[in-house]
Amino acid sequence: MNEMKILIRGFGTVGQEVARVLDKKRNVFKDKFGLKFDLVGVEDSKGSALSEDGLNIERLLSTKKKTGSIKEKGDKLGINEINYDLLIECTPTNIKDGEPGLSNILNALKDGNDVITSNKGPLALKWNKLAKTAEKNNAKLKFEATVGGAIPIINLAENSLASNKISSIIGILNGTCNYILTRMAAESLPYEHVLNEAQDLGIAESDPTYDVEGIDTALKMVIIANSILGAEASYQDVDIKGIKEITTESLELAEEKNKTIKLLGKADKEKIEVEPRMVPKDHPLSVGGTLNIATLETDLAGEITVTGKGAGASETASSVISDLIEIWKERN
Amino acid sequence: MNKITRFNLELKDIPGQLVEVLEPFSKYGANIESVVHHREKKTPRGKVPVEIKVRVEEDRLKKITKSLKEKEVEIVEIDEKTEITSFNIILIGHVLHTGIKDTINRIDQTGYAEVVDLSLSMPEIKEKSSAMLRLELEAPEKKNKVLDILNEISEEKDLEVIKEISV
Ligand SMILES: NC(=O)c1ccc[n+]([C@@H]2O[C@H](COP(=O)([O-])OP(=O)(O)OC[C@H]3O[C@@H](n4cnc5c(N)ncnc54)[C@H](OP(=O)(O)O)[C@@H]3O)[C@@H](O)[C@H]2O)c1
Repeated sequence: MNEMKILIRGFGTVGQEVARVLDKKRNVFKDKFGLKFDLVGVEDSKGSALSEDGLNIERLLSTKKKTGSIKEKGDKLGINEINYDLLIECTPTNIKDGEPGLSNILNALKDGNDVITSNKGPLALKWNKLAKTAEKNNAKLKFEATVGGAIPIINLAENSLASNKISSIIGILNGTCNYILTRMAAESLPYEHVLNEAQDLGIAESDPTYDVEGIDTALKMVIIANSILGAEASYQDVDIKGIKEITTESLELAEEKNKTIKLLGKADKEKIEVEPRMVPKDHPLSVGGTLNIATLETDLAGEITVTGKGAGASETASSVISDLIEIWKERN
Repeated sequence: MNKITRFNLELKDIPGQLVEVLEPFSKYGANIESVVHHREKKTPRGKVPVEIKVRVEEDRLKKITKSLKEKEVEIVEIDEKTEITSFNIILIGHVLHTGIKDTINRIDQTGYAEVVDLSLSMPEIKEKSSAMLRLELEAPEKKNKVLDILNEISEEKDLEVIKEISV
């Protein structure tokens, strides 16, 4: 591949940050990896901006900021006609039918194009179909950003731990829940109070349902179980409990025994569960704030634990672009 | 000591073998929990699988293993498991209204689990309370049964159960 032609669908927090970092580090990536690329298309909910010769990323970002959309009038090409090598899929997560991400990804793979996604919905609902379509069309599908934000979990398992059989994974995969529980424990504050505070700080969304009911963690665990453990699970198979019922008093009772409560996701080949658990305060998994963490149980390397920021624009872009560099290397 | 070590061995099918194999265990003071002699599961080479479960200190474990090797006993696998004999559990909900006494009784009545400690925290009447229970198990292998009972109670009384990570 001489030059990678990139299409970004979904141009919000993640999509924009990916474009920004690609632009900013263009020369570094070229020197270090020989990576040459053009951003040939971008799409948001209102329309698209397309150019076979490559878009001006700086201008694109400022247009989006000023007008709220990148839609360009008089586009001669339709998004389905543009030629590209790599789709970066960053549309919103939808757990009902996975759309529009699912169709975006499937169409790209069917045409033999590689895909990187930060969108959990399609993978958690239709893993088999996506993995098979990628394989059949000799296309690559990478999704590190879907599970732990900045933390390399999928790549750790697939590359660094390739000689191992991984039997189970346990961890904290939702920064919003971890923040809420950490604050409730530290300040003896009730759930509602801390949730409001988290919303003011932009740590929790105005509709926090996905996070606090454990849905987000469950989606991530399904993706992990399927891709790392070879399970054939779907989101509907997960036993899910969230954190809404956790009281200040229960955290105080745990504290008396030098423990705390964390929302944990647990997966082995048979079972995936998401529920609050008591964790000793000196346990490796007992990280605070918005941090995420995961422990992989392996046959040769023992337990391997990784931790870091589970969300955020630049953290997520870090995973997306690392996947991109990996694809570039594999294709050259 | 709540570490159980399981030895999977294969013995020659001749008289006196089992006694011979058990000798190092008693010599080094291992507490033998069970011995299962799988006569019916002879290997293709005519050996008899034996599973021995013991409680023993780490340093003695090495001596036993060495001695078994000297006796030319085939060691297929040795693994260790920490068994849980007691654990904490948090209940959240109307713990008192729904009869805390009944909850405890139903655990104690099993005969193999007992509530040995209880702390209760109630913010206000009508609000949800939280309770920390400490349970002791007579037999570690009954753990899942106890958890089933707890789940049953919590569903019936609409309580949230929070288990320890290790349970
Ligand atoms: N933010 C994080 O830290 C993070 C971390 C890991 C994974 N993720 C995942 O990454 C994805 C993107 O997250 P985000 O935070 O960037 O979300 P976001 O800010 O809401 O951006 C979503 C983008 O998708 C566009 N979009 C919506 N419907 C569309 C459609 N039908 N066709 C084309 N584009 C459409 C939106 O258009 P408009 O701009 O016109 O509204 C917006 O540009 C989500 O699936 C999320 O779960 C996010």
